[in-house]
This record gives sequence, structure tokens and C-alpha cells, in this order.
Amino acid sequence: MLRLWSVMVASTVRNPRRSLLTVGSVAISLCLLSVLAAAYRSLFFEPESAPAEALRLVTHHRVSITQPMPLSFLPKIRSLPGVRDSMIWQWFGGTYKDARDPRNFFARFAVEPDRFFRIRPEVELAGDQNAAFQNTRSSCIVGKTLAARFQWKIGDRITLPGDIFPVTLELTLVGVYSNPNEDANLYFHYEYLRQLLIAAGQSSRADTVGVFLTSVNRAGDVDAIAAAIDKQFEDSPAPTKSESERTWQLSFVSFLGNLKLFLLAISGALTFTILLVSGNTISMSVRERTREVGILKTLGFRRETILVMFVGEAVLMSIAGGITGLLLGTVLAAVVSHSDAAFATLRLAITADVAGFVIVVAALIGALSSVIPARHAAQTQILDALRYSG
Amino acid sequence: MRIPLTYNLRNLMVRRTATIMTALGMALTVAVLLAALALFDGLRTAFRSSGDPLNILVLRKGSSTELSSALGEETYRDMLYKPGIAQDGGSPLVSLEMITSVTLPKPGNLNGQAVTLRGLLPVGIRLRAVSLKEGRWFEAGKREFVVGASVARRCPAAQVGEWLRIGSSEWQVVGVMDAGASATNSEIFADLNQASSYFKRRDQFNSVLLRTANATWLPQLIGSLNNDQRLNVNAETEKSYYEAQAASGAPLEHLGVLVALIMSIGSAFTAMNTMYAAVARRSREIGTLRVLGFARGSILLSFFIESLLLASLGGIIACVLILPLNFVTTAIGNVSTMSEMAFRFHVGGVVIGIGIVFAWFIGGIGGLFPARNAARKEILTALRDN
Repeated sequence: MLRLWSVMVASTVRNPRRSLLTVGSVAISLCLLSVLAAAYRSLFFEPESAPAEALRLVTHHRVSITQPMPLSFLPKIRSLPGVRDSMIWQWFGGTYKDARDPRNFFARFAVEPDRFFRIRPEVELAGDQNAAFQNTRSSCIVGKTLAARFQWKIGDRITLPGDIFPVTLELTLVGVYSNPNEDANLYFHYEYLRQLLIAAGQSSRADTVGVFLTSVNRAGDVDAIAAAIDKQFEDSPAPTKSESERTWQLSFVSFLGNLKLFLLAISGALTFTILLVSGNTISMSVRERTREVGILKTLGFRRETILVMFVGEAVLMSIAGGITGLLLGTVLAAVVSHSDAAFATLRLAITADVAGFVIVVAALIGALSSVIPARHAAQTQILDALRYSG
Repeated sequence: MRIPLTYNLRNLMVRRTATIMTALGMALTVAVLLAALALFDGLRTAFRSSGDPLNILVLRKGSSTELSSALGEETYRDMLYKPGIAQDGGSPLVSLEMITSVTLPKPGNLNGQAVTLRGLLPVGIRLRAVSLKEGRWFEAGKREFVVGASVARRCPAAQVGEWLRIGSSEWQVVGVMDAGASATNSEIFADLNQASSYFKRRDQFNSVLLRTANATWLPQLIGSLNNDQRLNVNAETEKSYYEAQAASGAPLEHLGVLVALIMSIGSAFTAMNTMYAAVARRSREIGTLRVLGFARGSILLSFFIESLLLASLGGIIACVLILPLNFVTTAIGNVSTMSEMAFRFHVGGVVIGIGIVFAWFIGGIGGLFPARNAARKEILTALRDN
């Protein structure tokens, strides 16, 4: 067996250029496959989340997130057993500079500054900046990435004319926060928006909210409390839908299209491509060595041994491709996760199960693709094989 | 002197298995690119066929989408008698509308399906190229829906006669409308007054759609609406509004193109492998060709062309694989309406052309080094090889 192993290794490196090209080709396909598998895992299997995130749930109008709910829901949610706290999470919309340039788009939310840091403890803001945010009604804070994009400094004035709301926000930047999961939003006081709306004669709209963000005491309670909130408002004029924060975020990703089919179709195309690449290489390699097969047979090697030799060679190469592909995939996943594309919410990571899946796929492809050429070689008659001249 | 093309064709035929396997691998790479492009092209076609060239869509100044626009009824009244608006039996063709996104139940999707609900008056229907396919139009003052053909197809609950629960009460589907490939097919229509009072939006409508009398009036009317300080609105043609929305397909398209580009590196490697093997196997032939007087340049060109032929085969297979997508309907979320937009993939001439060029690109890169390798062979060593 050991001798067979060394024969397999030797034949893999006998045409180094071909082996390298094959391993490279398989690696690139498997690199993509690993990232797609990571995306699939993140979308359709139980996603892991930050400890604070696992405690949060989102409540919005059942008809659509574009429908507002009355502000009076808030104290009712807060008084439910198991709820730690709940706050307003109001999408402002509006425009910054020239709205036709998509780079000027970023999310702006009206929140309650004191509750904000209790419900989202992962958001980090320097103490003095936090104090300034709490104390000034027309102040705002922005994420690190966003501040860098517009080269904003503390003290800058940011003007946001509204579209959904017929008011113009005149905000002063008092802090730049950091948050490993999201650092490209702007947050300002809900009370500031409310006062502007009342001044604009829109008091009926001042008392409505798009989304409530609630944190609970125990992560296991999220689903039960979500159901309890929805039950409470079932017969109100604004029936609600509550779901965990992670589910809610992923629903925006799914909103982009039928991602499940998209991921499966591309993965299928990729797997089939690798099968072809690997099969092609192995059959070239087998054809070239027809005479050698004859010699091995004369020396007393049995059919099965020759079969195992060729299949082993293919498996070896595709596993090498798999390992290289995983390394490349880790890099690709990191690049995609740090882009500000919509797919960044997927938080791609090549976890152990994804890696295991890719290696198994690699091994299976190696074996499958080589069976036919290898059997062909093993069954060649000694005389035909020795007579073969390339 | 050029080596005849038939030499390459015959060689590809002789190594049938390797040729087909390599071409298929390339075809799949090209197919991924084409699918992404066909998706975007289909979406663009759907949005392009939306809207009438004489229609003007009016939104609040500063709003770029209907959903984020808020208009009062007085704004609508103020623009009713602007010169240049088409008339129908003495009344101007101007339609005040509200839209919102509603969630319909959908099997296999816990979140349901988000659909745009548009509240309008009969004049709004007149302004659109839409016909009734089944049932009847909604009646004023009743909680009735007419659903677009795509909505009826994708959502089993939205059929004529069915009741749909929207928030706290039920609405009845009374008709299915057909608006060709346009965005209206993914919408639900209801009576403006009924919808605006139900969704508590009596003071906050979204948009006004109006018809210009003729094309010469179009720029003037748009200018007069935009410059009217009192109205404070933004007017543009309905066509240009919808065209801009095709951008909602961009994330999926970018993902597909990125995947195809990465896959192309792998495919180029495979093409290289196949061509290197072809060069190695035909060493003696190359020597013979040189003896016959063919120059190194001709050999280089010949192998390069062979790789391009291989790639063409891959490109053609890709197009054949992708053509059936023309009959596939899909839907993506449109961020400007927060609802689903259904459309058909569109594999047109441009998409096919890009596919063939992309295949040549892969084949060209894959063929260059092996061809150079072939051209560099010394006659004597080449003849001695087997």
C-alpha cells in the first residue's frame, strides 16, 4: 500500500505543469463553492449571532414595514414579562446632497439615545461623545465607515431634507461610533423629529413609528415574546409582526431575489465544471501512460491495484485543489464581508462544516471523474497496451 | 503560408472526448455570466415596457421614488388646469394615486410576498396600457382588489372571488388585469378613496400621473411643473422613472458577473491543459509541418486558432443552454417599492454576443502559452518526440 502511495504521488508530479493547472482550476471552482456554501449556511441554517443580537427582536406592521404603528404600543411592549427594554427605530429616509448619486445614500434612523446603548451594547462610543449625544437634541452620531466616506469631523453640520417626512433635519455631528457588525448608519434623536413634525402641523404623524426594537432577558424567549407582542396587537388597527433581529436582517437579503435557487444553480454549474476538469485531466494522464500500464501488468500488478492507483491520483489532486480552494475562499469571504454591498449582511465565514463539505465534495469529484478512464486503463490487454504509441 | 483551418477542425474531432469536456467546462462558465446578464436584461426590458411616453409622473420635490413621496390633495388640484394636459370629454387626464406595500400569503415563504398596492381612480386605469383578463374592475367605495397577472400567477391566494386579509379586515379580489411585461403586472389596484381611508392616508398621497396632450407639450409641461414654487414637485416622464428602477437588479447581476469572472480563470487553466496536451501529442506533426516549410508564426497562429475554435464551441453550447431561460419568470425585490417585481429573463442578441466574446477571451488566454510552446519547438527534437 505504501509503495502504491508513492507511485500515486510520483505520477501526480510527473507532469507538474498539468497537475498545477488542474489543481489551480479545481481550486478556483472550489473557492467559489466554499463561499457559496457559506452564504447558503448563513441564509438557510440557524445563524449564529452576537450575544446581544440574539436577545433582540423587531416589531413592525404586519401589512408592510412601510405602514406606521402608534407610539402608544411602546409602553405596552415594555410591560410584557421577559422584556428588558424596547425602543423606537424609525427609518427617516430623506436625501443627502445629490440623491441621484447612489454613493450619497446611507441609512438614517431616529432613536432614543439613552435606550439605544442599553439595547445595542455592542455599539462603542467614547464617553464624552456619548454625553454630548445624550444632551443635545439636534445632535447625531455616525459609524466609522460612514464618517470616513464623507470625511466628516466632530462638529460638522449635516443637513437632511426629508421625503417621507416633510421636514428638514439640521444635525450636528457629535460622535463617531464603532460596531463590528454595522458601522455605516446615522442615528439621531426621535424627539427632534417629533418636534419638527409637530411644528410642521403633522402631529398625527408625530405619534407613529415604523419599527420597535426590543431586547429580552433570555435569548430562548425571543420567539415566545415575539408571539406575545403580535397577540397583544392582533385586533388593533395596526396588527404587528415580530421576529428576531437576525431573521429580519436576512429577510432583506432574501428580498433581493430567489437566492436559494441562485446559489444552488451556480453551485451545480461549479460542481459539474470541476467534474469535467478533473475527468479531462485524468483521461489525458491515463492515455499517456497506456504503455506503462502494460508494463505494470507484466510486472504482476493486478487490475484493481491499477484502478486504485488512477482513482487515488485523481482524488489526491482534487483534495489538493480543495485545500487551496478553501484558503482562497477564506480570503474571498473576508473581501465580500468587508464590502458595503448588500451581501455583507450575510457575514460569510468558512466554518468547519463548510470546509468539511468542500473537502468531501472534492474527494467525491476526484473519485467520480476518474472511475471511467481508470477502468478503461485497468481493462486494457497487456499486448494492446505495450503496442500503444501515443 | 497559413495552415488550413480544416487541420484544426479535424484535430478537434480526433480528440473528441477532450474537446467536448473542455468546451462543456467553458460553456458552464459562460452560461453563469449569461444567466446574470439575461436576468438584468429581462428586468430592464420589463421596466422599459412600463409607462407611456406621453405620461408624466409627479412626485414631491426631493423624492426619488413614489413610496418616499408625499403629496396633498391640494397639490393635485393645483396642477389640474396646467396647459398641455390631455383632456377626455372635458375632464383632464390627471390621476392622484397612493401606493403602499402589502404582504400576501405565499406557500413556502413564511414572510409572505410583498406586493405594491396602488389606490387610484378610473382615470388612473385609463392612463395605463392595462386590460382586464378576468372578472371586473373594482367599484368605488368597496374593499375590492384587481390584481396584476404576475401576482395572480405567483400567489395562489390572489384569485378572483377570494378574500385577502390585509391588516385588520378582508378585501375581495374581483379581477385580474394584464399589463404585458410591465411593472403594473406585479401590482394590485384598488379604489383610491377606499384605500387611502383604510390606510389612514387621506392627507398623504404619493404621486400624480398625468397625460400630456402631445409630444411637443411634454418638455414645456415638465418645466412648468418643476418650476412652480407653490407646487414644490418633481416631474419626469413615466418612462425615465421606471428605467432608473432597473438598478434594483444590480446586486444579483454583480454577484453573477463576479462568479463568472472568477470561474473564467479556472476555465482558462483547463483550456491551457487541453491545448498543452494537444501540443505534446502532436510534437511530431509540428516537426513535419516545419519541414514542409510552415513558419513558426503559422504554427503559433494555427494552435491559437484551434483554441479559439474550441472556445467558440463552448460559447455556442452556453447559448443553447441559456436560451430556455427566455421562458422562465422570476421575481426580485424592488427597493423603491419594497415589493416584488416579476419579470422574464431576456436572452437577446447582445447577451449572446457577449457570451461568444467571453468564450473567446477564455480560449485566447488558454491557447496563447501552449501555442507559443508549439511554435518554439526545434524541428529535430520535435520529430524525435513521440
